[in-house]
Amino acid sequence: MHLYTYDGSFEGLLTVVFEAFERKAWPTAIEQEQVAQPSMFGDTIRVVTDEQKSGRVWQGLQRRLSKGALEALYYTYLWEQSGFEQLVFDYARLAFESEESIEGNYTATCVLQVQQIHKQVHREKHRMEAFVRFQKSADGLFYATITPDFNVLPLIIRHFERRYADQRWAIYDTRRRYGAYYNLVSTAFINLETQAVSPKRYGVLTADQYDAEEAKYQQLWQVYFDHVNIPERKNPKLHLRHIPRRYWKYLSEKQPRQLKNLS
Amino acid sequence: MDSKINDKLKILADAAKYDVSCSSSGGKRKNDNKGLGNAEGMGICHSYTEDGRCVSLLKILLTNFCIYDCAYCVTRKSNDIKRAAFTVQEVVDLTINFYRRNYIEGLFLSSGIFKDADYTMERLVRVAKKLRQEHKFNGYIHLKTIPGASDELIKEAGLYADRLSVNIELPSEKSLQALAPEKNYSEILVPMGSIKQQLVQAKEESKLFKSAPVFAPAGQSTQLIVGASAESDQQILQLSDQLYKGYSLKRVYYSGYVPVSADNRLPIITEPPIIRENRIYQADWLMRFYGFDVKEIVDEQHPNLDLDIDPKLSWALRNRHAFPVEMNTADYEMILRVPGIGVKSAKKIVSARRFAPLQFEHLRQMGVVLKRAKYFITCQTKSLQRQDYESDQLRRKILFGDGSARSALLTQQLDLFRQVG
Ligand code: SF4
Repeated sequence: MHLYTYDGSFEGLLTVVFEAFERKAWPTAIEQEQVAQPSMFGDTIRVVTDEQKSGRVWQGLQRRLSKGALEALYYTYLWEQSGFEQLVFDYARLAFESEESIEGNYTATCVLQVQQIHKQVHREKHRMEAFVRFQKSADGLFYATITPDFNVLPLIIRHFERRYADQRWAIYDTRRRYGAYYNLVSTAFINLETQAVSPKRYGVLTADQYDAEEAKYQQLWQVYFDHVNIPERKNPKLHLRHIPRRYWKYLSEKQPRQLKNLS
Repeated sequence: MDSKINDKLKILADAAKYDVSCSSSGGKRKNDNKGLGNAEGMGICHSYTEDGRCVSLLKILLTNFCIYDCAYCVTRKSNDIKRAAFTVQEVVDLTINFYRRNYIEGLFLSSGIFKDADYTMERLVRVAKKLRQEHKFNGYIHLKTIPGASDELIKEAGLYADRLSVNIELPSEKSLQALAPEKNYSEILVPMGSIKQQLVQAKEESKLFKSAPVFAPAGQSTQLIVGASAESDQQILQLSDQLYKGYSLKRVYYSGYVPVSADNRLPIITEPPIIRENRIYQADWLMRFYGFDVKEIVDEQHPNLDLDIDPKLSWALRNRHAFPVEMNTADYEMILRVPGIGVKSAKKIVSARRFAPLQFEHLRQMGVVLKRAKYFITCQTKSLQRQDYESDQLRRKILFGDGSARSALLTQQLDLFRQVG
């Protein structure tokens, strides 16, 4: 029984892979050190993130895996659902121990699972790219908040950088409490909590902080949304399949038709 | 609140919504001028209407004044409705402001014909030109070409637009004459042909000169109305087939006729033929991605698609001699023809079987709908069905069998709408 703990970073997780191979002691559990319960049976190995070790593991994986598979592995880390560390480990181990490429070997459970997670996380990434709604603030910043199911903020930055190269924008993940801010040159991660704002108001703008035309365009968008609909074809079930209710909070077209606090 | 623009948007979105195309895929416009927007690759649906269609573009008419009187169209001259017209600047502002807020991928601009074709087309082109040149807009632009517009204008439109479309609307010349007497097939097909030529030419030039101007990089599309006239599915699909092959169309869209007028030239229906439209899309899908020839899907004996089951299952039931298909050895093309196996699972099957002999459990995990597929496949010569059924029995079993099969079929229909974008 070997419990490995690490600091929660991707590099940390790769360091776990390194240490496990070094000791030939395969983990029975991998946990973040802040949440890990000391194991009653067997040993606990506290892994300290090491750039060199994690780098070597990554390079080794790069030699054995395609870009798509490496991405899938990273996505599995961002998936954050219970057991993701073990999956990343199992996949890496299988890759290192197989003579041939393991990609496409969907008869191996971890390969199929990583592939499915890749798809899931990708879908969430895609949904965020679609459902993020920017609001223009008085100083010209386009601002949006998100609470994605998985930690996809790092994955959507490139998309928005390319799309909105000529406007300042920020996207804030209110669940994971960090954001990305693009200043017309580059994008940096930001943390609003260091500023003198009360936690309840992270990401909330007051009416006078909006651009004068913001309410107008939100309302026009609602008008548009109501008028592209063809009532004769109404299909609420299909509608919900495309936009599950938990995403409605992002969508201005799904908000009540009177925007009291804005107009 | 600017109530004038509000009203215009209501009227001109309402009038544009029967054009079902909302695709923003296939653009190649990169944001390399540090401008606004990027239309590379796959389009994004930013929302869905309550009828479950993708909302990807700001789809509006420039105006719904029209000098023509096509029976199936809400905008027709004789229809007593409110009319409105946007200015070029209003459309530009709406597009830019919606785009900046991530509401849309771009603009789909069409128009009723006011004054004459060229006058109208010229304004559509001006909107696109302004977006590209003054606003460095790299988002998606789809322009409808107005029947009868001059070659030069169409050529110019292609310089700014990602996609051009000429709607045929009625699947035969005869129906067109009856329902849209001011139009004729050649007026529609000529611009289609010339767009095709421009596309080919632009492609060749771009091989020679890197900086050659692009022409509608996302190609051209058209729309056919289903159910406003008497054509069979066979006629419709044959026409699509010709359009794909002869005019290299990217997409043919099908729009189940929504009764918008009591014009006595039109059939009296109360509901749009949604299931039929859905089946036609499935058939179209089979032609484009599953390697089916139109003749395999519909023929003289079966001129109309079966409304109860999808065309792939329908084909399989008519061609039992081609089954069962052995998952461990069959060609990809044949695996693709098995009911219950889509493109993705077919690819996975071909990939996974290089590593280990496939069992049914593997297939299930890969997303194969065994409930339907089981009648048509074997894994290492083993079958999941104990008995050999006649096609009729099979059809009933799949439709009504195991209790939940019916609902599975309905969900599958819903799925199809998702692919239609
Ligand atoms: S020309 Fe176009 S807009 Fe005018 S009535 Fe005919 S279909 Fe409608």
